[in-house]
Amino acid sequence: MIQVEKLSKDYGNRRAISDLDFTIEKGEVVGFLGPNGAGKTTTMRILTGYLPPTTGKVEIGGFDILDQSLEVRKLVGYLPETIPLYNDMTVFDYLYYMASLRNIKDREIRIEEITERLGLADRLDGYVGKLSKGMRQRVGLAQAIIHRPEVLILDEPTIGLDPAQIIEVRNLIKEIGNEHTVLLSTHILPEVEQVCDRVLIINNGRIVAEDSTERLQSRLMGSQRIILKIRDDIAEVSSLIASTPGVLSIQQKDDNTMEFETAAGDDARAEVARRVIKAGHDLLELRSISMSLEEIFLELTREDPSANIDEVEEPYETAGRQAE
Amino acid sequence: MRNIWLIATREFKHYFISPIAYVVSFVFLLVMGILFYANILASSVQQYAPGVQIIIGPMVTLFLFSAPAITMHTLADEQRSGTLELMLTAPVRDSEFVIGKWLGTMMFVMVLIAVTWVYPIVLNQMIDPGIDQGLLVTNYLGLILMVGAFMAIGVTISSLFSNQIAAFFATLGVLLVLWMIGYPSQALGAMGGGGLLTYLDISEHFYSSFYRGIIELKDVVYFISLTSVFLFFGTVSIETKRWR
Repeated sequence: MIQVEKLSKDYGNRRAISDLDFTIEKGEVVGFLGPNGAGKTTTMRILTGYLPPTTGKVEIGGFDILDQSLEVRKLVGYLPETIPLYNDMTVFDYLYYMASLRNIKDREIRIEEITERLGLADRLDGYVGKLSKGMRQRVGLAQAIIHRPEVLILDEPTIGLDPAQIIEVRNLIKEIGNEHTVLLSTHILPEVEQVCDRVLIINNGRIVAEDSTERLQSRLMGSQRIILKIRDDIAEVSSLIASTPGVLSIQQKDDNTMEFETAAGDDARAEVARRVIKAGHDLLELRSISMSLEEIFLELTREDPSANIDEVEEPYETAGRQAE
Repeated sequence: MRNIWLIATREFKHYFISPIAYVVSFVFLLVMGILFYANILASSVQQYAPGVQIIIGPMVTLFLFSAPAITMHTLADEQRSGTLELMLTAPVRDSEFVIGKWLGTMMFVMVLIAVTWVYPIVLNQMIDPGIDQGLLVTNYLGLILMVGAFMAIGVTISSLFSNQIAAFFATLGVLLVLWMIGYPSQALGAMGGGGLLTYLDISEHFYSSFYRGIIELKDVVYFISLTSVFLFFGTVSIETKRWR
């Protein structure tokens, strides 16, 4: 449904995104994950036809976003980061206006359905400008889905909602995702785990990981990470640990602590403990840690290139510096 | 066409929700009333029959100053509130959006002009043998054409700013410059190039023809092309926003 090839966007000298390549199939719900300034909003703005790409090609539903922009815009429902509302209109008028621009038949019925769904039914006559943040978010969402778009692009859809509404919106997105294609950006990792079939992690304008939520976790589970703490300076044992069979990489955390990685199943803890004690150090802690999606995220978006995970490209040097 | 109409009607309705419309109409009609009264009084003292010019003359000047206030929010506000992103990602052409905005302002201005129609009616009752109907119609036609150009200039300049006050003064500045650009032509006359300035002058195309009851094709063409050119600039300005 969405095909992105070698997509880049420059703002003046700053490269916001570079060489993005991804495909989203019909009926998929894809989470777009990344720190602030990673290029999520820019990518979404390009997909919706708001910004033109500097280079690259994007097709949505078989239509080119530059040459057949109007066709693309008919297919897409979009909730931008800043909720685009006309404060001087009532909720009903606003939705009616948007529905008219989308050329929808039986608008009243559609508005009724959607506002019922999003808990806005009793606010139809209220002015948009007088609504609370959460309500505004819902009106924005209603606007994005009013024409039952083939492709729904949501820029942080659950921000500003209360927990009950968040669950409702997630369910709604899941439901839409059954038939339609959804791309949503978020910082909230559990949201990705709950809602999305697939995750694209973007950092410094590049995709650093792209996989299903489960596979991403299991892939990182492929190695095991272990924390080692001793009473003395950890630097004294670092070469000792590094040379232990089964240890893949080591990383010093602070004066007494280090973290090392071993292949899954190959538990080197016993050997490490033996070596540390043999060398005459006091062993204080030795435990394995498992990675949550949060850590995967941090790991993948870390600026430090030594955070070495398979298939992770080194962060884009210049873009990295500018993003700081 | 359908989209233009939808955008225009929304814009038109917006005027009656926001205070701008009421303030502009109130001031406009108040000043019109005062000047009308003063002119009638002066003519009765000095014993002459006033013509429709006592209505049209002040109205033109008032439009010069109120046009920026009418147009300043049109595109500036869309940018400030982020709704421009909504419009530019909706299945609406940029040109439809700009023309719709302009048409909306025109609809409002037409209401304002329609209200001023009471003055000729009153004047017609007061003087014998009544006012020159042809002159009246010509003047109103010229006024509408000219205000159409004002609105196009205002909408386009509004697209350049996200701040309404900036849009107001920039529009006022452009209108005043276009209004007076003919003046230096007298001095330039000897050096040449004065003819072009006179041609660009808005007031020259109104006072020397419509105001005197003459409809000249070149003046009609001038106003229509001025409007079209600015609406085209407005569309380009919106398009280039995407590239910035």
